Amino acid sequence: MRLTKLSLGIALGLLTSVSAFAAEGGATKRLHPKAAEFEFEGPFGTYDRGALQRGYQVYKEVCAACHSANLLSFRNLAEPGGPGFTEAQARALATAAKIPAEPNDKGETTDDKGAPLMRSATLADRFPSPYPNENAARASNSGALPPDLSLIVKAREGEAHYIYSLLTGFHEKAPAGFKVTEGKYFNPYFEGWNITMPPPLTENGVTYSDGTKATIDQQAHDVVTFLAWAAEPKMEERKRMGFGVMVFLIVLAGLLFAAYRKVWKDAH
Amino acid sequence: MSGPSTYNPQSGLERWIDARLPLPRLLHDTVHTFPTPRNLNIWYTFGGILAFCLGVQIITGITLAMHYVANANLAFNSVETIMRDVNYGWLIRYIHANGASMFFLAVYIHMFRGLYYGSYKAPRELLWIIGVLIYLLMMATAFFGYVLPWGQMSFWGATVITNLFSAIPVVGNHIATWLWGDFAVGDATLNRFFSLHYLLPFIIAGVVVLHIWALHVPGNNNPLGIDVKSPQDTVPFHPYYTVKDAFYLVLFVIFFAGFVFYSPDFFGNPDNYQPANPLVTPPEIVPEWYLLPFYAMLRSIPNKLLGVIVMGGAIVTLVFIPWLDTSRVRSCRFRPLMKQFFWGLVVCCVLLGYCGAQSVDAVKFGIPMVWVARIASIYYFAFFWLIMPIIGLIETPKKLPASIAQSVLGDKAGAPAE
Repeated sequence: MRLTKLSLGIALGLLTSVSAFAAEGGATKRLHPKAAEFEFEGPFGTYDRGALQRGYQVYKEVCAACHSANLLSFRNLAEPGGPGFTEAQARALATAAKIPAEPNDKGETTDDKGAPLMRSATLADRFPSPYPNENAARASNSGALPPDLSLIVKAREGEAHYIYSLLTGFHEKAPAGFKVTEGKYFNPYFEGWNITMPPPLTENGVTYSDGTKATIDQQAHDVVTFLAWAAEPKMEERKRMGFGVMVFLIVLAGLLFAAYRKVWKDAH
Repeated sequence: MSGPSTYNPQSGLERWIDARLPLPRLLHDTVHTFPTPRNLNIWYTFGGILAFCLGVQIITGITLAMHYVANANLAFNSVETIMRDVNYGWLIRYIHANGASMFFLAVYIHMFRGLYYGSYKAPRELLWIIGVLIYLLMMATAFFGYVLPWGQMSFWGATVITNLFSAIPVVGNHIATWLWGDFAVGDATLNRFFSLHYLLPFIIAGVVVLHIWALHVPGNNNPLGIDVKSPQDTVPFHPYYTVKDAFYLVLFVIFFAGFVFYSPDFFGNPDNYQPANPLVTPPEIVPEWYLLPFYAMLRSIPNKLLGVIVMGGAIVTLVFIPWLDTSRVRSCRFRPLMKQFFWGLVVCCVLLGYCGAQSVDAVKFGIPMVWVARIASIYYFAFFWLIMPIIGLIETPKKLPASIAQSVLGDKAGAPAE
């Protein structure tokens, strides 16, 4: 149950300050997510196209080094309600990506030197995964498995705010007496405070083509917007249809109320 | 369905059908001229709302089943395909998922309505018992349905609930294995749960027909809880109650649509957007909100078998209510003492739901939640097995009105025909 959602607003205001550490009394319970603002929130909110395109860039250049996003295809990048790339742009992005090829006409999946055969992706292909399997992923990340990012925003309590807080929460100082585990990083927004993921975002870590200054906050905002779309690609269609449905139902309720009053006029 | 029929076939075709299969006569007497007490209030519209909910769940469910794959390796992604690539799949799934919550919300209002106005009392005992059966079938169906997306909470919820059967002495573990079709929750379990999830709604629909039949023989109870005495006490179902039910149904649908379109995951658990993983147990395994009161009862008892017995007993108790209530007066409107204990029951059920959502060792406002759950559970059983029989004997009910018509119309009504 997410009754917490209702109290989130109040809790956010109280818990964003560092003093919250003291209130936790040394327990390693994660902090409540920060109160960030996103364009896609609220009943009329839509995804900011610029943020989605920049967010895709952050995802591709930073996150995708370790994280998969198995449920996304290149065609999604050009679909309505998404980042708003043209079909040609999406195709170009797909072509630039290399994915394992299907067996060739001799049935081989590797070349003469034993390297796997690769081909360019098409619009119909899923985003490439950084590792061939789970064991390879764990082997490269001190035993931890970088989670798939397709649904990450919906799969975490606190949703977009949680991911945003996590990405921007690495600069916080660990409280006195808290030992950061060897090979892990301190992040107070993560349950247990020890996270295997190193701080992924750095100032100007990516170069935006639209001239936006790539601060850590900006990159976090952009990539969280992208991941929110990845988890809920039909959100804009849903809210748009919802508005029409609500107007229809309210008018219908008005008509039925008038009919109800008329029918019952003499009955009580 | 009962009493003399008022159907009068007009055309030759209608007479021809009526002599062979009088279905038009049945419908005419059931939903058109059926005499209904004229004083039914808003709480009586939830019967129609529940019929609507069942219809919505069946239609959206059949559509989802066209795209869903009941296979442990494919189920999770097939649901995401519905969300992303099936035309309006997101809409159908969100209606179905939130529809379950709306269905239970409506059924709880419907049940408390029946309790408050004494709708289970003679001659409506079977009507009530059939209703309890529907509620039981609904819980089973909802549980099976929640397993199908095969997310973390689906998998672990199924594991926890099916493991309850292993508490039964001697044969418990065999029953659990038999239910799973395997030695753990897995592909075989998912397949049979899908099969049963598809089957049970049609059984519910059949039992709903019995429920309506059992309603139409004695006729509706009403907020006054007194019998219909003359035709002046009633109005024909159509148009009076068709229009009233339709209006309140649309208000209910607006509430429903608010969740579907603006907060579709409100009732969901984020963990269920992670694929099922038998190797990783979620920190908190929580059932859907509508099962939380029973979950709280189960967890408040340290002994597993006793917990299961108490949880089952909470539902079985409902069957005996018609005979546990010793009062001659039906409606709590005329039962000043019972009314207070009734609201105590409502508060306890909400408290139990709240406790069920907390972790076992949670302490709120300095009070261990497990003790709140224990006290609320004791009140739940005491209400039905002690308070109900005793209050009925010692309470002095208020004076009942002479007739429904007199109560509603005042002086406009003539003397009731005796």
